Amino acid sequence: MGVEARAAALATRSIKTTAKAFALDLAIRMVDLTTLEGQDTPGKVRALCAKGLRPDPTDPSCPAVAAICLYGDLVPTAVEALEGSGVHIAAVATAFPSGRAPLDVKLADTKAAVAAGADEIDMVIDRGAFLAGRYLDVYDEIVATKQASGDAHLKVILETGELATYDNVRRASWLAMLAGGDFIKTSTGKVSPAATLPVTLVMLEAVRDFRDQTGRQVGVKAAGGIRAAKDAVRYLVVVNEVAGDDWLSPDWFRFGASSLLNDLLMQRQKLTTGHYAGPDYFTLD
Amino acid sequence: MSERNGRLEVRKTYKLYIGGAFHRSESGRTYEIRSADGARFLANAALASRKDARDAVVAARKAFSGWSAATAYNRGQVLYRVAEMLEGRRSQFVDEVGAGEGLGRADAEAAVDAAIDRWVWYAGWSDKIHQVHGSSNPVAGPYFDFSVPEPTGVVALVAPPASSLLGLVSVMAPVVVTGNAAVVVASESAPLPAITLAEVLATSDLPGGVVNLLTGHPAEIAPWLASHMDVNAIDLSGIDDPELAAELETAAAENLKRVVRPPAGNATEPDWAADPGLERLLAFLETKTVWHPVGI
Amino acid sequence: MPTFEYAPAPESRSIVDIQPSYGLYIGGEMVEPIDGTRFKTVNPATEEVLSEVVAAGPQDVDRAVDAARSAYDGTWSRLSGRDRGKYLYRLARLVQERSRELAVLESIDNGKPIRESRDVDVPLVAAHFFYYAGWADKLDYAGFGPDPRALGVAAQVIPWNFPLLMLAWKIAPALACGNTVVLKPAETTPLTALAFADICQQADLPPGVVNILTGAGDTGRALVEHPGVDKVAFTGSTEVGRQIARSVAGTRKKVTLELGGKAANVVFDDAPLDQAIEGIVNGIFFNQGHVCCAGSRLLVQESVADELLAGLKRRLTTLRLGDPLDKNTDIGAINSAEQLAKIRLLSEVGETEGAERWSPPCELPGRGFWFPPTVFTGVSQSHRIAREEIFGPVLSVLTFRTPAEAVEKANNTPYGLSAGVWTEKGSRILWMAQRLRAGVVWANTFNRFDPTSPFGGYKESGYGREGGRHGLEGYLDV
Repeated sequence: MGVEARAAALATRSIKTTAKAFALDLAIRMVDLTTLEGQDTPGKVRALCAKGLRPDPTDPSCPAVAAICLYGDLVPTAVEALEGSGVHIAAVATAFPSGRAPLDVKLADTKAAVAAGADEIDMVIDRGAFLAGRYLDVYDEIVATKQASGDAHLKVILETGELATYDNVRRASWLAMLAGGDFIKTSTGKVSPAATLPVTLVMLEAVRDFRDQTGRQVGVKAAGGIRAAKDAVRYLVVVNEVAGDDWLSPDWFRFGASSLLNDLLMQRQKLTTGHYAGPDYFTLD
Repeated sequence: MSERNGRLEVRKTYKLYIGGAFHRSESGRTYEIRSADGARFLANAALASRKDARDAVVAARKAFSGWSAATAYNRGQVLYRVAEMLEGRRSQFVDEVGAGEGLGRADAEAAVDAAIDRWVWYAGWSDKIHQVHGSSNPVAGPYFDFSVPEPTGVVALVAPPASSLLGLVSVMAPVVVTGNAAVVVASESAPLPAITLAEVLATSDLPGGVVNLLTGHPAEIAPWLASHMDVNAIDLSGIDDPELAAELETAAAENLKRVVRPPAGNATEPDWAADPGLERLLAFLETKTVWHPVGI
Repeated sequence: MPTFEYAPAPESRSIVDIQPSYGLYIGGEMVEPIDGTRFKTVNPATEEVLSEVVAAGPQDVDRAVDAARSAYDGTWSRLSGRDRGKYLYRLARLVQERSRELAVLESIDNGKPIRESRDVDVPLVAAHFFYYAGWADKLDYAGFGPDPRALGVAAQVIPWNFPLLMLAWKIAPALACGNTVVLKPAETTPLTALAFADICQQADLPPGVVNILTGAGDTGRALVEHPGVDKVAFTGSTEVGRQIARSVAGTRKKVTLELGGKAANVVFDDAPLDQAIEGIVNGIFFNQGHVCCAGSRLLVQESVADELLAGLKRRLTTLRLGDPLDKNTDIGAINSAEQLAKIRLLSEVGETEGAERWSPPCELPGRGFWFPPTVFTGVSQSHRIAREEIFGPVLSVLTFRTPAEAVEKANNTPYGLSAGVWTEKGSRILWMAQRLRAGVVWANTFNRFDPTSPFGGYKESGYGREGGRHGLEGYLDV
């Protein structure tokens, strides 16, 4: 009955036909389409934005993604490309991915991204402080970053792969929520393991319990390592059965991913055409 | 014979089996395998060097953590399936054992059948040895105290020189079923059944690196394994020179390897067909005893 | 209307080939009964008739016991352990190869969800045969002295809750130790046993080593009381177990019994609540509560009772009840009309006794035998629903204040099959485990089974152990 056993049991749910179609569309709408590479350029960002707006060029009924996720200095390009579309711009900040920088640098990073037009901020917690037991420092940093974010929604990246135990994940989740985070997020995607079903399950239990106790609803983002549509559907099953209906929307659950989108599109196409699709039929970006 | 019914055979190249793949020796050397009576050329086998031995130990160490963490049931299933594959290759083994050991067909068949049955016998121990060799201990105090057997790690084995399949299986299977990883030095004069066994392992579910096979001169390679500081145990069954065996045991003492000595007496091999008992299972198991207080 | 509705995900029935009528498996062949009559077996989820099977009569029982005796004397006792092991390996492999067919058949005949029969029952069946296959040629090392001998012919009667698994628990160790068997599956679940007969034929098992007699209580009694059997193994109700113990008195028959239970699942205030809730749910609602070791009494520390119950009720709303062949079903059908009547009766008693009854909203299909997961709170030790085995998805919740009180209440029952303990404190787990009078203690988990792990009861839950090295003892002359 441990977390892993429950996650494994939920992973055996069989989601077919209409349920699968619903889940695939929902998953697409929940994707934060991501590029976080040293070699990112405005050209790359423009291409990604176009993909996020119209994931399947052959099918206009395919929904757009929830957000584009990128480094703060490229936000202006995204703002131009996504103007008026309703797709959010999530900038990673606070010395992403390591979080190892003085606080004023991290806050300046945040403010700059918001000023450039980001309406969501994905921050990283100080894992060194957490593992050294300096929980109050971790808490204070999140509070300060929330303030620096202004009106932008704050997602707090726990980097669960570095926290190592489920107890730590639960503790860090509560810390992030008490400090005012709007979302708790599993990973930067730069460390393995990134998102896993059991870790996400723990975080969903935490947001559920937090709302029971405080009345405030916090969202969950599973990021990194989710490549297959089948896995994305499994995550939605876990959201459904652990946190419930209220979290089944892009306002409260996100996937941080890049290659996942094409697999979702391939599966979606198979449902409509009836045969297996191939990668040549989908754009790389 | 290069022709059978007028058809030219496709001849085989024999390589070392390290980390789940087949490699030539890094030294590029080979040596000739002939039939037991010396009359027929059978093949050129790779002549392993100390660097091959070194690589094999690295592969074994890498494979050990996964293999020892597998459930006993899982190990048993993997090994049982290997037995099925051995059964499928029975006639090939019979040919190779017969040619290499100079046995007539009936004796070769008996040896191969015994080897397969021996493998099955050991496979069945994977989820039982703990019940026979573990215990809860009634200590005189409010503690729960239990002892469990655990695999020792990387085991070097020098396979018996004469019994090229039954003897080989008898030293290899107990190492693997208990969760250890093995570096095996095959019989020098009759290595073909060992290499065929490696082919079976390569196509089975046994993870690469759990068994690594070196062919060549045991007298040349064994000292490197005996002195290797990342090898936890060594089985000297295949060393038929008592002086060499003593030297190897001395070298093994450097990191206090667990040592299985060659059979007593002169170079005659033990009766590999006899009931093996638990000795070889226990030789490569450590015992861990855990205490925990009992109280509200 | 939930946001995320799971579409039906039915497992196909086409893999199964149920014959309209079956005979008895005696002496290696399917034979017509001598004095047995036929009766119908139904699918409890739909009430559809599946097939006709035989209720073996006394002469059929004679014939089967004779066949087992001949096989024992003539063949099986002369085979080496190694060869017995090889036959058992074949049976294990064939179960693995036909696993999907067996899982579907089990769900159709028993009513349990396909996910359980596919992921739990059938894999354990194969594992049991593999495990005991490996013991067949190692009995000298089993701790019973050198060269332990078999008993002879074993009469085995099994229940309907885990039909094929109970068959494996009985047949595998019996054969490994060198005995031959006559096995009677439960009246309402004969089909997987008959499929197993087919597997025995596919394995070329020597005729008469395994014999399968279908039938009900009378057949079972005739089999157990037959003078030609050396060993009796029974899993079922305590009442019948008592009858069997009486009937073998004064004979030389060796007996093992695995009977009922009313297990306490003890949750302490420091238990991780979500995990404990999973354990409680698994403990009483897995297999529709048709489990002898079910955690049917929840003993929760009073200080966390409200929080736990709130979480438990929320969790129960995500349980899916319905078609056993739907891969998303968590709770299947009750096995028979008779069992359903009994569950309903005891639930009414619970209400009359003053306990408060709650079930999550649940749509029950029109046909078939169904009962929603049910929780009774405010239960005391003296209530019937706290003492009697309901054998259905009904949980009785009681509270306690201290560990000592928990132990006292947990042990205050004539049963003693299993117990659960939920706490983060290791020493407390061990302290509880030492004091609980139960044959199986699960700590921070529940309903875990493994062929290597001995299972069996204290007190009126029976005697003898199945599984592990200990499971050999019941089939050896030691």
